[in-house]
Amino acid sequence: MADIKDIILGVCPQVTFEDNEVLTAVVPDADWHAVAAAIHNAGYRWLTALIGEDFGDALGCVYYFTSTVDNSKISAKVTTTDRENPMIHSVSDLWKDALLEEREVFDFFGIKFINHPDMRRLYLRNDWVGYPLRKDYDENPEINPVRLFHEAIDDTTTVYEEKDGKVVERKADVFTADEYVVNIGPQHPATHGVLRFRTSLDGEEIKKIDLVCGYIHRGIEKLSEKLTYPQSTHFFDRMDYFSALPNEHCLCACVEKALGIEVPRRAQVIRVLVDELSRIASHLLFFGTYCMDLGATTALFYGLRERETILDILEETCGARMSFNYDVVGGVREDLHPNFVKRVKDFIPQMRKGLKEYHTLVSGNVIFRNRLVGVGMLTKDDAISYGVAGPSGRASGWHCDVRKVNPYSIYSELDFDEVIMEGCDSFDRYMVRMKEIEQSLKIIEQLIDNIPEGDFVAKVPKIIKLPVGHWYQEVEACRGAFGVYIDSRGEKTPYRMKVNGTCLRLAGIVDHITRGEKIADLITIGGSLDYVVPEIDR
Amino acid sequence: MDNIFDFAVVTGWFDQLLNGVMPMWLVTLIECLLVAVGLILVYALLALFYIYYERKFCGAIQCRLGPNRVGPMGLLQSFADMFKMLIKELIPINNIDKFLFNLAPYLVVAASLTAFAVLPWGKGLQIIDFNIGIFFLISVSSIGVLGILLAGWSSNNKFTLIGAMRSGAQMISYELSIGLSIMTMVMLAGTMNITGICEQQQDLWFIFKGHVPAIIAFIVYMIAGTAETNRGPFDLPEAESELTAGYHTEYSGLHFGYFYLAEYLNMFIVAGVATLLFFGGWMPLHIPGLEGFNAVMDYIPSPVWFVGKAILLSAIIMWFKWTFPRLRIDQLLAFEWKYLLPINLVNLIIMLLVVAFGWYF
Amino acid sequence: MEVKIKGMKKEDFNDNEYLDNLVEELKANGQNVVVGKLDQLINWGRSNSLWPLTFATSCCGIEFICLGAARYDMARFGFEVARSSPRQADFMMVAGTIVHRMAPVFRRLYEQLAEPKYVIAVGGCAISGGPFRKSYHVVKGIDTIVPVDVYIPGCPPRPEAMFYGLMQLQRKVKVERFFGGVNRKKTREDFFRENPEIAKEEHVQE
Repeated sequence: MADIKDIILGVCPQVTFEDNEVLTAVVPDADWHAVAAAIHNAGYRWLTALIGEDFGDALGCVYYFTSTVDNSKISAKVTTTDRENPMIHSVSDLWKDALLEEREVFDFFGIKFINHPDMRRLYLRNDWVGYPLRKDYDENPEINPVRLFHEAIDDTTTVYEEKDGKVVERKADVFTADEYVVNIGPQHPATHGVLRFRTSLDGEEIKKIDLVCGYIHRGIEKLSEKLTYPQSTHFFDRMDYFSALPNEHCLCACVEKALGIEVPRRAQVIRVLVDELSRIASHLLFFGTYCMDLGATTALFYGLRERETILDILEETCGARMSFNYDVVGGVREDLHPNFVKRVKDFIPQMRKGLKEYHTLVSGNVIFRNRLVGVGMLTKDDAISYGVAGPSGRASGWHCDVRKVNPYSIYSELDFDEVIMEGCDSFDRYMVRMKEIEQSLKIIEQLIDNIPEGDFVAKVPKIIKLPVGHWYQEVEACRGAFGVYIDSRGEKTPYRMKVNGTCLRLAGIVDHITRGEKIADLITIGGSLDYVVPEIDR
Repeated sequence: MDNIFDFAVVTGWFDQLLNGVMPMWLVTLIECLLVAVGLILVYALLALFYIYYERKFCGAIQCRLGPNRVGPMGLLQSFADMFKMLIKELIPINNIDKFLFNLAPYLVVAASLTAFAVLPWGKGLQIIDFNIGIFFLISVSSIGVLGILLAGWSSNNKFTLIGAMRSGAQMISYELSIGLSIMTMVMLAGTMNITGICEQQQDLWFIFKGHVPAIIAFIVYMIAGTAETNRGPFDLPEAESELTAGYHTEYSGLHFGYFYLAEYLNMFIVAGVATLLFFGGWMPLHIPGLEGFNAVMDYIPSPVWFVGKAILLSAIIMWFKWTFPRLRIDQLLAFEWKYLLPINLVNLIIMLLVVAFGWYF
Repeated sequence: MEVKIKGMKKEDFNDNEYLDNLVEELKANGQNVVVGKLDQLINWGRSNSLWPLTFATSCCGIEFICLGAARYDMARFGFEVARSSPRQADFMMVAGTIVHRMAPVFRRLYEQLAEPKYVIAVGGCAISGGPFRKSYHVVKGIDTIVPVDVYIPGCPPRPEAMFYGLMQLQRKVKVERFFGGVNRKKTREDFFRENPEIAKEEHVQE
């Protein structure tokens, strides 16, 4: 850690350091870009999280970086006290995933990023009044009523450029007037929810895509600020509803880390078991919907057939088919159902048989391979720069499985392989997921006979109050790294809770990898990335 | 052969009956009207059956039951759909070419109805039997693409336009393969007359008679025929996941119903032509040498043979749709121009040799 | 006049009074025998051929997919012909939260449906905003934007609950009257008079 401190101090001596769970550098905005470049050069190529925050006296951002060399983390904090016209330097030229993340911060906090090429709102309508995640935001519904008329389509964007020490506002075009722009979404069968791509076409070829999200933005982060920690777990089911259990696991693990609670062994095992089961269910649904997008409708029904078995198993234990609300701080809500072990054991051979069937039906199909192989190439450098951790990044040869690189719970004791493929194309993204199903089965097989006896939940205080401080916890959800950032001021509600999923990054990369491909490939590529829209929008 | 009931006896008797009591022009008029009514009735009933058939068939493939609650075994399901469709609102749309927009579905239906009319339904059961029958059939069936192009163009919608353009490119390309594979079989038959082709297959169906080139022609024809009907894996013009509903996105109510009907009927027509060219049309299954068996087969009425074979063949087309993923437009065209067309041309020469040297059975 | 659903008894359904009232209302005006029979035929057709619009915003949409899959198989009812184009669909299962940004889009989709059209609000979010009711960006119940025919509570509702809701919709369709009623209840002009902001939009004025 010492050397990165020296590097940063070498660039800017005014930087002060805080010792949280990871080293935090507090950087003045004037030197921020230079410091960021130094951090980038020191091997921290993955901008794991970019969190906007209203600190009360100041507005600012907290950045978490992960090294791609030794997987260590550092964090940085940049603030500005100007509430009327807050500005921070952009780092979107160093880490590409900041392109969308900074727009999100602008949308929620009104912080303008200098030198960011596209400063528009991301989630809210462009006629929205106010910045909702600021502490002084006025929630009066009369200011922002439900508007039933469409927002104006604006093809220009604002850029704040720095010239000779002064910030100049400039207008830039998103699309020029002579481009043939097709609007795909928000209501479109292939966008997997309500996502909107404004696609500029040249015949059947895609020239540029402008991503518009926010059609299912429900303000979960703001809602969490008013609810206690146990109350806000149920939001995590409803964000990425395919990986509900890993997401809950993430929040609970974060709170447990802050409180220093030791989770009983039995609860740990149960959590891992249900996480892996929901990972299989999620990948099965990916398989089904992906094939349906490509026109092979029948495969959907085969994938769902196995998924129903998993849902039955989970329903017996958790009591719901989709929104489980099963993990609680300190363990799990209920003990395993007596049938659980037997049914899971029956399921494993059934799933193996199913996988074989899928591979004969779909993976080997000539048309299927022709549609996928070589389509949507995502290089390893781009994958890291855009932060697409998860199966999509692993298909580009990036070791980014949180279960391996930064193990949590009991994953470090388990024997399983991180699935890495080097093809970088849609077919490998598909195959990574199919192979992950096998690895999840392997994990389940190891654990199912060794569930230890004991408590399934630790003793936790009745009213959970986190000490002052901030924490960041990551898990490997079904779509990739999923992180929760909690800033606590010692209350029973979080001061700021940020949900940091991979889906926004997955959607952000669509523009980059579809350029020059056919319009039909947009479906292929979008499907292979497997984003879930409510997690993008939160 | 002689045991097959000739429907010309009935129609001839009816014609004479009418001629005996009324003038010539009235007879023609009445007969035309009767034929038209009968045709439309058969057309509609067959389409309804096909909708039901496809839904059940796809249910079976997907481990589902398919419609089973409306009427016994869900048999009335497509009738319910029809009643609803008939009275569903036709949405008037602004900023479109109203004339072309309204013309397009009728063109599509008219094309498939005309092609439908020349199919050989049974011995002597044909509306018109002329010496270029098969040629007439492929020429009228290709009018349908005009309707699709018009529909896409006149809707003033970017998705429909892309759908229509894809459809145009696809149909024109695959028409070549259809034409060539039909030509291969015409070469074997030596006639374009539909009845002639059927009667040529009295002893043995063409797919057996022409062995290797006939089987190749059959495979090519089935692939190209699937593409002609815009069905999966070639359903790019209405690729749901890409273009919402393709060229008919803006159509509602009955107009959409026409497209829907025509799609299923085109499938029947493609299967019907395949039956005619490769499986003997209305000709019963005859195995040389087994006289008793052949005689029994002859007693099954010829329309049953024709419709039965066509329905079985359309099951193959449905099977394609519910199994394969969709192709991409460039792959689709490359497949036609780089593979199917050369194969077809070579196959034509093989057939030429087979016919010239009499190497067929 | 009795409303029958195959395999279900009247006692199996809740909210029977509501339906009885509708039947009473229909009977009160009296009806020609022939027209009545035709009406029944049409209603039989309509209620058995309800084609959904593929529309889903969040979790409830996944349960809707499960509804179509082999375990539940809505094809049995003839509901499986999901149309992607609103012009060809009969009803809309609003599966998921509708937020401020989505509201105009959703409203436009509703207007694009051809009459007769029905709306089913699926899940807590569509009914009232559900767990997100207190959010700054969530519409508190879709019935503030469009008329709703059937509500299916749950978060998300189980597929069985969705079937129940769909059968309730069928019952509702079966007591409609085609003759004597107007096919489209509202004209374009009425709509724009009620929504002056929408009338000002560019695509309308063209």
